[in-house]
Amino acid sequence: MSMLLNIEDLRFSWPGDTRPVLAMDSLALTAGEKVFMFGPSGSGKSTLLALIGGLVRPQAGRILFQAQDLTALGGARRDRIRAEHLGVIFQQFNLLPWLDLKANVMLPCRFSRARAARAGDVGAAAQNLLGAMGLDPVLWGRRADRLSVGQQQRVAAARALIGRPALILADEPTSALDHDRRQDFLDLLFGQVEAAGSTLLFVSHDRELAGRFDRAVDLTELNQAGVAA
Amino acid sequence: MNLLGLAWRSLVNRRFAVILTVCTIALSIGLLVLVEQLRSEVRQGFYRSVSGVDLIVGGRTAPVQLLLYSVFGIGDATNDISWQTYTELEDLPEVEWAIPMALGDSHRSFRVLGTSTAFFRHYRFGDGEALALASGQVFDDLFDVVVGAQVARQLGYEVGDRIVLAHGTGNVSLQGHDDHPFTITGILAPTGTPVDQQLYVSLAAHRAIHIGWERGVQMPGSAIDPDRARAEAEALTPTSVTAIMLGLTTRAAVFGLQRRINEYREEALSAIMPGITLQQLWRITGLAEQVLRVVAGLVVLAGLLGMLTVLLATLGERRREMAILRANGARPWQIAGLLVFEAGLIAAAGIVLGVLLAILVQLAAAPWLLANFGLHVGLSWPAPWQLGVLGLIFLAGLLVALVPALMAYQRTLADGMQVRT
Ligand SMILES: Nc1ncnc2c1ncn2[C@@H]1O[C@H](COP(=O)(O)OP(=O)(O)OP(=O)(O)O)[C@@H](O)[C@H]1O
Ligand SMILES: [Mg+2]
Repeated sequence: MSMLLNIEDLRFSWPGDTRPVLAMDSLALTAGEKVFMFGPSGSGKSTLLALIGGLVRPQAGRILFQAQDLTALGGARRDRIRAEHLGVIFQQFNLLPWLDLKANVMLPCRFSRARAARAGDVGAAAQNLLGAMGLDPVLWGRRADRLSVGQQQRVAAARALIGRPALILADEPTSALDHDRRQDFLDLLFGQVEAAGSTLLFVSHDRELAGRFDRAVDLTELNQAGVAA
Repeated sequence: MNLLGLAWRSLVNRRFAVILTVCTIALSIGLLVLVEQLRSEVRQGFYRSVSGVDLIVGGRTAPVQLLLYSVFGIGDATNDISWQTYTELEDLPEVEWAIPMALGDSHRSFRVLGTSTAFFRHYRFGDGEALALASGQVFDDLFDVVVGAQVARQLGYEVGDRIVLAHGTGNVSLQGHDDHPFTITGILAPTGTPVDQQLYVSLAAHRAIHIGWERGVQMPGSAIDPDRARAEAEALTPTSVTAIMLGLTTRAAVFGLQRRINEYREEALSAIMPGITLQQLWRITGLAEQVLRVVAGLVVLAGLLGMLTVLLATLGERRREMAILRANGARPWQIAGLLVFEAGLIAAAGIVLGVLLAILVQLAAAPWLLANFGLHVGLSWPAPWQLGVLGLIFLAGLLVALVPALMAYQRTLADGMQVRT
């Protein structure tokens, strides 16, 4: 299998902090795998996702995404790569409340022509994904803030998946859901991730879910900064 | 839908705050534009009324005062000019025409001017336009009266109507000249000057209605009866006039004649050049105008600060919105640009609405100015320099928006990828 993401000798501290949040030798993701990452609160999970997303730049190390070193690229290029190749799902508050569902799902295609081109007919792609995530067509034209939290998370998943990005970063997307909804959400998400052929990096405290993934990664084991603390 | 479409949807979502901000800016711009427009229009209107007059002569008084009471009906004359002086001035070789003006009577709050038919022949206004009669003819008989356009319109007069005149210029006529009913023989075409606000009688008529009024009240039995007055009209030579308008054969003679009149031995006189006296008037009112301008400018500043307040207030609640946009590929400058775009839209809408508001107020105020001061206030677009000022205000709006925009820019860089609430 081909390598999608390769992190080497990474070291990162937030501006103003003296101690690094992250210090890790390597992490590799192969194309198409579904990886579960866990670690206690404050261990740097979200920070790692921000680094992979190209929103922040590490002080040292390399982040190779599709054989391109993100750390060597300028902000504009990293923003472009994120728009084109990444889908992001947060724990909650994923959606622009004043946009309807369909417009929310189409959002990444506004920032990347390449992604819009991959999606083909963006409107139709958005509707297909909303349908696939189990959202009733009567909801599609509704403002996003009129949905339940579980429905909003499914819209967020549909948005992350539009235009078949290479990598989906999910930062505790199920934490706001109860047990049954969590399983339903994972079923739907996995189905679409597999259909799109995307890689999934799924962050959660909830170890119970780990069994459903190809493998699980403990960030505290990887992260020497965490060990040192 | 592109990024601007998104900005628009976001604005619509916050429409109440946005509309209020637009209204604040529109009001401030409206005030600013209105102050300027009215200022220049009022000046224009004043100038129109005296553009064809070379000199105005009155009893010794301050130039501005003479101009105001003789032409614009503001204030009262303190000194008259003797009839003797009038005839001497009229006969001077450099004087082409002289219009006598006898003031002191009114008709239902409109001024009555005793004058000669020279007024209708020689008075010029605006770009040298002559007076024209809308209907009827100028006065001929002793008890004929010609009325200005606005007088006829407001009081619903037609040629042939009979009216009475009142002593003094108050609104309420305490004692009417009931024994001297006048007949309207002519109605003047509108001029957009104080001419429209006046009634015109002959000097003989002015004199006749004042016989028996020397003490300010009518002496019982002392009023002359109309028919006798008519018969004696020839004998009713005026003894004095309030002011005289002069037209000279050459403009070059103005300065010399003005000096000679001001140094006249027989009587203390003042001669003024209306254009120059208006300049003096504007110097007096200039300070007030300056204050108004500064106030209007400060109000605009307050409007822009109001916009800044609203933008800063929304910044907190929009942090989430920005994190979402950023995670989906938006660049930091795009997020900052959203705020600048929004401010630009608010400022532009405020400016356009403000100008419209100013024009509406001008439209509404025009009849009032015309009715009360005989000032013709035309509808005008802001002058090019004013448009320049509006453009600068728009730029100031964008500049103001740079504050929240830079804050948003920094925040998007510092927040990483987490949605913070
Ligand atoms: N934008 C930021 N600026 C400065 N420091 C930050 C920022 N985001 C996170 N940190 C710090 O980095 C450390 C790791 O935070 P991070 O959010 O990555 O943890 P996490 O593993 O995602 O925790 P959680 O499970 O609670 O989400 C924390 O000490 C936090 O204070
Ligand atoms: Mg986190």
